[in-house]
Amino acid sequence: MSALRTSRPARFGQYVALLAYLVFLAFPFLWLVSTAFKPAPELASLHPTWIPKDPTLANFRQAFDEQPLLRAAGNSLVAAVAAAVIAVAVATPLAYVTARHRGRLASAATGWVVISQAFPFVLVIIPLFLILKNLHLVNSVVGLVLVYVVWSLPFALWMLMGYVRAVPAELEEAAAVDGAGRLRTLVSVTAPLLVPGMVATALFAFVTAWNEFFFALVLLKTPEKQTLPVVLTHFLGAEGVADLGPLAAAAFLATLPSLVVFGFLQRRITGGMLAGAVKS
Amino acid sequence: MRRRILTLTAALALLLTGCTAADDAPEDGVVRLRFQSLAWQKESVDANRHLVKEWNATHPDVQIDYVQGSWDSVHDQLLTSFEGGEAPDIIHDASDDLADFAYGGDLADLRPLLPERLRADIPARSWETTTFGEGIYGVPFLQEPRVIIANRKILESSGVRLPTPEEPWTWTEFRQITQDLTRTMGSGRYAVAWPLKEPVSVSLNLGLSAGGQLFHREADGRVTVRFTEADAVVPGTIHDQVVTDRTAPRTTLGSGGSDTLPGFFAGKYAMVPLGFAYRQQIAQQAPKGFEWTVLPAPAGDDGLTQGVSPQTLSIAEDSPYKKEAAAFLDFFLRPENMVRLARGDWMLPTGTTALADPALHTARDGWATGAAVAERLRPAPAQSVRGYPEWKDKVATPAFQEYYSGAIDGAELRRRLVADGNRVLARYQRK
Repeated sequence: MSALRTSRPARFGQYVALLAYLVFLAFPFLWLVSTAFKPAPELASLHPTWIPKDPTLANFRQAFDEQPLLRAAGNSLVAAVAAAVIAVAVATPLAYVTARHRGRLASAATGWVVISQAFPFVLVIIPLFLILKNLHLVNSVVGLVLVYVVWSLPFALWMLMGYVRAVPAELEEAAAVDGAGRLRTLVSVTAPLLVPGMVATALFAFVTAWNEFFFALVLLKTPEKQTLPVVLTHFLGAEGVADLGPLAAAAFLATLPSLVVFGFLQRRITGGMLAGAVKS
Repeated sequence: MRRRILTLTAALALLLTGCTAADDAPEDGVVRLRFQSLAWQKESVDANRHLVKEWNATHPDVQIDYVQGSWDSVHDQLLTSFEGGEAPDIIHDASDDLADFAYGGDLADLRPLLPERLRADIPARSWETTTFGEGIYGVPFLQEPRVIIANRKILESSGVRLPTPEEPWTWTEFRQITQDLTRTMGSGRYAVAWPLKEPVSVSLNLGLSAGGQLFHREADGRVTVRFTEADAVVPGTIHDQVVTDRTAPRTTLGSGGSDTLPGFFAGKYAMVPLGFAYRQQIAQQAPKGFEWTVLPAPAGDDGLTQGVSPQTLSIAEDSPYKKEAAAFLDFFLRPENMVRLARGDWMLPTGTTALADPALHTARDGWATGAAVAERLRPAPAQSVRGYPEWKDKVATPAFQEYYSGAIDGAELRRRLVADGNRVLARYQRK
């Protein structure tokens, strides 16, 4: 036990490193919030301040006036929630089978997961577009959800396989000894233990779909169906010129759902990640 | 069972092959055209929407669906849409982005479609920017010269001669003036800040003023790169200002135009060479009491000539309603409409009638300076040369960046642009 104890200076160093990492992670978001509330002249100041000198909501008003942010957010929400639910629903049984029944199927599935992560968007976008066009799913939220599910499925499967492995097989064997059938064991014993993992995976799929830009840009043609990341680019001009204030305001609002979802599910995720880590 | 499988296979095949023939004919007799516009600033979007609304109200049989695209991603989006046969009917883009689509057969040749009025109203030099091979693949309608936005107080108090389009600074004079100005401004301040995030287009477009050409079409039709003394004038001036004279800061070399504005407003830089449309940002963001003025870019042996890549409107080759789309373009680009679009984007119209509009010749916000140099605008060098994007990204951009920062000298710049550059171009011109 004593080997695990950390000396005071080392612990202090760890906290400093942790704090530096937190600042590093939080900096872009805090700067975004600061920018969202600054008036135009302050945005072009040579010595920008963290706290706006003359805070304003004008950027938010302009953002809502110029772009249909609520409609786009609604579209993003529908696509992201649907993609998350379907991805988890498909990945969970698949993960169970590949984790519990190791064999050729499991190896092939694992190999597929690794390979699929190496495909860049640009490589698949044109074939994907053609397939969806033939299925009459271009310019359709259904088509977009389908793409998001397929795109997030490998990683979702990978994540859930880890959670399944963390559930001791002995629990299932004990249930079988007590007379529970395979289905009953899965529903009453295994599934409840997988909930944190499913939540974490759903969150991953949700955030991936919520932030996704390129597929939505290419697949959705009419303004009524465009998602939030696509609409955000309407604040950008040629040669990197941007309408910075309204862009920051809209981008700030766009990050809120992910933060809220993460805030609500945080404890479950942490619990899920720790599941099976310690043998009691 | 077998029958069921056959039925299923047939249904799947039908689903996969799609049924596109019927898509061409409008069911309700109303032709619907998708117009993807890249207008993004409020005034510009309002002008576009207003014109579309006006057209739709007077043309019930041909309705335009306005779709807002983004400059940031337009190339990839169009590429995919063309491949999938789902491109918008009317496409807003820039002439330097059209070459691949024009040569690839994605855009319609507009020669048989456009009315004589529009053909005659836009000068030949502008049409050249959208001419690829034999065809014309876009209507150039808005353009912006590069100008010098200057802090009026600093310049006037220094006593330097302010240039006009009639009597511009020469490149030599410009260098001398930046030396004089920097001396009077005090330490940590510079006469000029060059935002050179895109060093190639700036160097090549302004290079035309000194007679630079860089790309030469040989008798056999092949294009080669040659770096003459005329080509060296503009890059040499910038290099000397940054490296030798220290009249321009090294720190802005990797910046975009917007990034230099805080320093400009704070009086750290007296002048910033920028695109004409940046005036809008300056008007919006300048602190109260800040006085700015628009000066023409320096002139060389070829006067105020500079290269531009105008914004364009094209029609997709796959569109079944090219005539209707061309009729909309004719309406959209009427002189009075072109003026509205130009004012919305703070740019210059290409049409000669629109350009003569008094609203574009006021001294306010420097409109008159831009309008005065409009007739000296020429197609940006090499925009129609195949292989130019690769030459730009792999050879020219790093070479210019290193040259301007002082990492390499003029001889090395020349070697890279010419020797390395011609190797790249040769791959695209094999017969």
